[in-house]
Amino acid sequence: MSTAAIEAIDLVKRFGDFTAVDGVSFAAEPGSVLGMLGPNGAGKTTTVRMMTTLSRPTSGTARVAGFDVLKEPDQVRRAMGLTAQSATVDELLTGRENLRMIGELYGLDRSTVRSRSDELLERFSLTEAGGRVVKTYSGGMRRRIDLAVSLIATPPVLFLDEPTTGLDPRSRVELWEVLRDLVREGTTLLLTTQYLEEADQLADRIIVIDHGSVIAAGTPLQLKQQSGAAALVVTVSHAGDLGRAQELMERLGGEVYVDAGARQLTTPSEGLRAMTEAAEAFADSGIEVDDLGLKRPTLDDVFLRLTGHRAEDASAQETLEETA
Amino acid sequence: MSSEIATSPVTTHALHSSRAGLPAQVRTLVRRNLTHIKRMPEMLMDVTIQPVMFVLLFAYVFGGSIQTGTAGGYREWLLPGIMAQTMAFASFIVAIGLTNDLDKGIIDRLRALPISRSAVVIARSISSLIHSSIGVVVMSLTGLIVGWRIHTNLPKAVLAYALLLLWGFAMIWVGMFVGSAMRSVEAVQGVMFTTTFPITFLANTFAPTEAMPSFLRTIAEWNPISALVQAMRELWGNAPALGADTALPLRHPVLASVLWSVGLSLILAPLAIRAFRNRTEKA
Repeated sequence: MSTAAIEAIDLVKRFGDFTAVDGVSFAAEPGSVLGMLGPNGAGKTTTVRMMTTLSRPTSGTARVAGFDVLKEPDQVRRAMGLTAQSATVDELLTGRENLRMIGELYGLDRSTVRSRSDELLERFSLTEAGGRVVKTYSGGMRRRIDLAVSLIATPPVLFLDEPTTGLDPRSRVELWEVLRDLVREGTTLLLTTQYLEEADQLADRIIVIDHGSVIAAGTPLQLKQQSGAAALVVTVSHAGDLGRAQELMERLGGEVYVDAGARQLTTPSEGLRAMTEAAEAFADSGIEVDDLGLKRPTLDDVFLRLTGHRAEDASAQETLEETA
Repeated sequence: MSSEIATSPVTTHALHSSRAGLPAQVRTLVRRNLTHIKRMPEMLMDVTIQPVMFVLLFAYVFGGSIQTGTAGGYREWLLPGIMAQTMAFASFIVAIGLTNDLDKGIIDRLRALPISRSAVVIARSISSLIHSSIGVVVMSLTGLIVGWRIHTNLPKAVLAYALLLLWGFAMIWVGMFVGSAMRSVEAVQGVMFTTTFPITFLANTFAPTEAMPSFLRTIAEWNPISALVQAMRELWGNAPALGADTALPLRHPVLASVLWSVGLSLILAPLAIRAFRNRTEKA
């Protein structure tokens, strides 16, 4: 028996001629966060649906908390919570009624349902809204009650399919905090996202998935390192100095890329020592510098290198703007 | 024990061994469906205002010109027809409820829970029958106001209502079939309105079949709803038994009505469950 909390074993899903998921395998240790990163249509949701017993794999299988999704679906369902891409709470029920319904369906007794509901409502800052019909909730509140409902039976494994899609930046950061708390308490998380920043922020390990296959896996740092060395970025104060700065940097190292509009020069760099040399050279040259620093590749760069395209769609664009 | 749970941290990670039985699951889901009616009473319009409007329109607008040849007059003759039609629309209720739940991801959320596969379907059926029964009560009261009466005895009266509910049970499968196949509530309304609605008219519900052109009369008399309506009329004493010139089902309406309802259920239930499975499990 494996010790992984979540394990996908060569999962394949075909819809007619179309292969949505093409032999995906991965594992997550108990109490860790696995980020599944990929653009729209990469096969993330289909993979999650197979792992949560909602969709039958064409071949392969998965284990959740040690239970096989094909052979022991009921145990899997008891051991996991799922928050789907769009908040799937009942709009005509109040927050509390939603919690009660799902709690009862899990077979929790009445007093447990009540105390758990109180705890969760408080934890998600919904105590006051708990008696209101979900229809009146904001997007962020809906996401939170959705997550609360998924947690009513304290599942050790939680699947979150793009949990922050459509949330404003503040609600997103708030939700991240809640997720970090859950992980601290020992919950294992599988989180799909197209937000590179989100995977970077939360995940212990990341798998990058595109066209139904895992194209890279590792810690965020490993993935960034795979994507090449750091870069030295210098911003000069006066555009007139760009030429001299370029000569200077070429003397120090290799190729220099100049962004005239931003008065910025970029060159591959081996690390801190190279940066110190550059800083001294600039100080000696008398070129005025606004900023000088090392830039590590972002997951966005990683993604670009792996797939040849950016995780480009409206929502990803939004993230880039926010983080800019 | 409860205090221990109350003070435990949010993620105790106890795997819950207790599991609510099917009746408890169904009760929870039925309560949820009925809460919808409570929050959106306009959902009841289809079994309240709409049939009452039909009673009034037919009784007073067309009533004068339709000859039924019965002692109680058109209004008494009409009531069982409208009740059967209202019950046929139980299929609308199921289809719309199901499409809504599928559309909003509620069905997926429920399928990811450790509950019986049939709980959702059974709960939807029970709440639809409750929904329709509200309509039957409203229709009976409206009938009493406009002059409809039951002239027979209690067992016969109850049998007629039971036939009506059995018919509603058969209609649930129609609704589940359509609800599983359609992608939006609007599509459901479109399909149901253009099919179920004319079918409930092409029968003895609002006008006697004797006056119809012969091929139409044959269709109308073999329409399952006609057997039900005739059975109710006879059991309540709203119309006499029909003569030998009518089609076979109308000469034995009670038996025919039972056979139609049971037969339709036997054929439609597997189809409906397969459509529902295809919709949810293939995705």
